[in-house]
Amino acid sequence: MTQAAHAPVLELFKLSKAYPTPKGPAVIVKEFNLNIAAGEFVTLIGHSGCGKSTVLSMVAGLTDTTDGAMILSGRETNEAGPDRGVVFQSPCLLPWMSAFENVMLGVNQVYFTAPKAERRELAEYYLTVVGLGNAMHKYPGELSQGMRQRVGIARAFALQPKMLLLDEPFGMLDALTKMELQEVLLELWRRNKLTTLMVTHDVDEAIFLSDRVVMMTDGPEAEVGDILPIPFERPRDRASVLADPRYPEIRNHLLTFLNERSHIRPSRITPPVTEMVTAPAPVRETPAGATAANQ
Amino acid sequence: MKFFQSLKLDYVLLPLVGILLCLGGWAIIAGKSTVTTSVDDWGDPVTKEERQGIAKNLPSPSETWIASKPYVTEPLAKRGELDQGILRFAWLSLKLVAQGYFIALLIGTPIGFLLGLSKNFTKAFDPIIQILRPVSPLAWLPLGMVLFSGLKVLDANGRVSFGTSDAAALFTIAICAMWPTVLNTAVGVRAVPQDYLNVAKVLKLSRTKTLFKVLIPSALPYMFTGFRLSLGIAWLVIVAVEMLIGKPGVGGFLWQQYNANSFAHIILSILTIGVIGYVLDRLMSIIEGRFRTA
Repeated sequence: MTQAAHAPVLELFKLSKAYPTPKGPAVIVKEFNLNIAAGEFVTLIGHSGCGKSTVLSMVAGLTDTTDGAMILSGRETNEAGPDRGVVFQSPCLLPWMSAFENVMLGVNQVYFTAPKAERRELAEYYLTVVGLGNAMHKYPGELSQGMRQRVGIARAFALQPKMLLLDEPFGMLDALTKMELQEVLLELWRRNKLTTLMVTHDVDEAIFLSDRVVMMTDGPEAEVGDILPIPFERPRDRASVLADPRYPEIRNHLLTFLNERSHIRPSRITPPVTEMVTAPAPVRETPAGATAANQ
Repeated sequence: MKFFQSLKLDYVLLPLVGILLCLGGWAIIAGKSTVTTSVDDWGDPVTKEERQGIAKNLPSPSETWIASKPYVTEPLAKRGELDQGILRFAWLSLKLVAQGYFIALLIGTPIGFLLGLSKNFTKAFDPIIQILRPVSPLAWLPLGMVLFSGLKVLDANGRVSFGTSDAAALFTIAICAMWPTVLNTAVGVRAVPQDYLNVAKVLKLSRTKTLFKVLIPSALPYMFTGFRLSLGIAWLVIVAVEMLIGKPGVGGFLWQQYNANSFAHIILSILTIGVIGYVLDRLMSIIEGRFRTA
């Protein structure tokens, strides 16, 4: 039993994605290796366009893999399915259905054998948990961006999937709504202990939510650059995480990677590359300024 | 000017000004009758009517009104097969249009979906569609006559209730009116956002569920634009069809009155066709507006 609990839910082995172009294949992601254990929250972080969303999209089965293998709880998969709940950057609600119907669309699909009342209860439960108890029969057009994303989260959790995939789920929200929804997500995650893979470019979000942060090198030919475990105890609350003395250290580690090391590929480090890295060293003196310029 | 705008009168006044200007122009170019009475060699009085003007056979607005009065004031009268009130004629035309239009939607919508969904289907049939689309109804009708030659459906009294010409008329209306539906449906299906298709994919919706829960609702606004344009064309075609096959209706009436040198009734028919076309278009765009999703 214990062995099963520790076995990875998701194994990505040499996952690659290339698009054919007239000048030969354009490799977006190259030999991406990652194991995610049961109940683990892993975040992929990297610069815009580095291919992190492509990795998530491949795991979701929405983009075909060019090479490599994907093993989800012991079984190889390469197509989309409701065993992975996906929350997209835009909530992707069908505007002709109410929030409730949007969630029910998925619930009906997964629990087609369950009695109707039970299915309704499930959808209502998750909509209530994300704070839409009073607005569940509204249409997406009547909901704010943040509320729509809540519906998206409820829809993903209501499927009770093996894995949760989040593609910059809070990227389109304002700072306050974003923090609110991070709490909602963390609360749901605490209840369900879903294995989660999230993509983001927000360093603080990555630290606050995840167990491990996977830093990706810049594309093309993106791969895993570095992995940083986040040591904060769960359940977390924002104030104590921010007050923790290790927080600035972790944050700095991630920012340094993004600002200075993300273009180095660990798989083929050659002397000329290291020389080029030392060149912009003065930037390291003022990491705060560099961060501001980068964002 | 500000005062008029504040009363929203310009929506009433300006169209009235436009209509009056057109009526004025019509009155100027229309012919006028002058009646001269003279005494001939035998000493009998002879009245002679002469028409003068830029378009001397064109009846003036007032002549048109006088000639049209029986048709307009008794719109539902039936004095004979080809002498009926104008609404009765319009009703006959609308019935035929409705049938042809219904066939057009029934055939056009699935073709549009196939075009939108399958690239190979598009490659195979798009050239044919582009070639057939601009063909005039006047060209389709004879082909319809050939296609349905010999078709006869008799009613209880042994009279032909649905013959070759009826089938050809429906065929012509349907084939001319279906193209906007076909093309707009195809565009609508192609424009379904990838996001929605991803939802269907992630949830592993079956093909029929994807069609009814995602594709059709998403493409509906486009489809309705197609339906509206199709209805416009169906109404446009009806006149040509009725003229050619001599069926009673607004178009048939127009052609018959032309042959009878009753020119005022041509204008009456044209105005009727225009007004009904306008009303149909308005009705469709109201329905179209209801289906617009956020």
